[in-house]
Amino acid sequence: MISISLKVNGERHDIPDVEPRMLLSDLLRDRLGLTGTHVGCEHGVCGACTVHVNGDSVRSCLMLAVQADGADILTVEGLGSPEDLNLLQSQFREHHGLQCGFCTPGMLMTGEDMLRKYPLATDEDIREGLSGNLCRCTGYQNIVAAIRSAAAMRSEKKP
Amino acid sequence: MKPAKFDYVSPSTVDAAIEALVASKGEGKVLAGGQSLLPLLNFRMARPSVLVDLNRIEGLSYIEDRTDRIAIGALTRHRDLEHSPLVAARLPVMSAAMRHVAHLAIRNRGTIGGSLSHADPAAELPMLAVFYDAEISIRGPNGLRTVPADDFFVDALTNCLEPDEIVIEVEFPVLDHDAWAFEEVARRFGDFALASIALSVRRTEDRLEDARIAVMGVADTPLRLRGAEQELVALAPAARLPEVFAEIVASKVSPNDDLHASGEYRTHLLKELSKRALRTALEAGGKAA
Repeated sequence: MISISLKVNGERHDIPDVEPRMLLSDLLRDRLGLTGTHVGCEHGVCGACTVHVNGDSVRSCLMLAVQADGADILTVEGLGSPEDLNLLQSQFREHHGLQCGFCTPGMLMTGEDMLRKYPLATDEDIREGLSGNLCRCTGYQNIVAAIRSAAAMRSEKKP
Repeated sequence: MKPAKFDYVSPSTVDAAIEALVASKGEGKVLAGGQSLLPLLNFRMARPSVLVDLNRIEGLSYIEDRTDRIAIGALTRHRDLEHSPLVAARLPVMSAAMRHVAHLAIRNRGTIGGSLSHADPAAELPMLAVFYDAEISIRGPNGLRTVPADDFFVDALTNCLEPDEIVIEVEFPVLDHDAWAFEEVARRFGDFALASIALSVRRTEDRLEDARIAVMGVADTPLRLRGAEQELVALAPAARLPEVFAEIVASKVSPNDDLHASGEYRTHLLKELSKRALRTALEAGGKAA
């Protein structure tokens, strides 16, 4: 058993007795109660468990919890709140970018990383960026529209 | 879908990592980016006694200009290669290929050392290593050895690494070429390639002075097609046609049928990609795919 300490959504946690085989996704859900991070396939295909580790999107089912010792983690709970949605969340609502909501946390965390790293000039760029996240409801159209809209609003805001 | 139990160590030096591997008597496994290993652990297809995590070792992540070669540290993430201006300027085929490597979140974690050590026959970095004739530096209990990429890959998911050895650096010779192309077809963007070709040439007016060709997805390892390189260079300018080139490339491979595609379909794809690659390299003045 290993003790780790990490920051999640700005809050520091010291967590004792972590088994080396515990996945980061399970630590977030089972030890910290942050069930916004969804677990779909547990082998890095569906993207539902995507979180940010030190500013980069990462599949939390493909990282051991003990590897996150000292890391700064952002989960979907840290993006915004029901009263104060962040830009991308508000555009998902605006464009009806979700139906059942299972893939949504992963879509949002991937979308956030895309918005920060890529110009996203075309829908093809957005679709490439989303290629690692599966959605079985929406047909992706409204997710792409939500990210397209957030990308446009993001560049409008820049001087 | 949870890994079987294992011990976990995260040494701060390569020497300590090798010691841990030696002590595990072949039952240990190296953990770098984990993007291939973690699925295997989650499925319990791999059940190592100890995981030796390299991520706390300083100084294994770099992209260094050594004049006629670019050296890349084993822990360098795919994302760093994708966004590196040095790679874009000196290893343009690699730069173009990186966006085909899996998906955003995977590229943020995956490493070049991990990809080569996993040795998937349809993964871009092993193919690029073969294409560029890279030298792979490996550390083990007996010290350092360097293996050319051609000798490193033995079979699908199999390379010449001993269980207590670690890839620490890959050196890519810079090609003195002026036109190139990279083409790939996968079932979904970012998935493993069904077929892919990398082509690079040096041209002087009408003459083709040199050519470099590698393919993947069509054999148990990525292949450098030296015979096809010579045949392409030897073609008279009037015969240097996409269709002719496609036949030359296709004559060098005989892909098997598998779950993802028949051998016949892979050959068909490779021919079409070869045509596109030659057109890009010769007509468009040479640039990305």
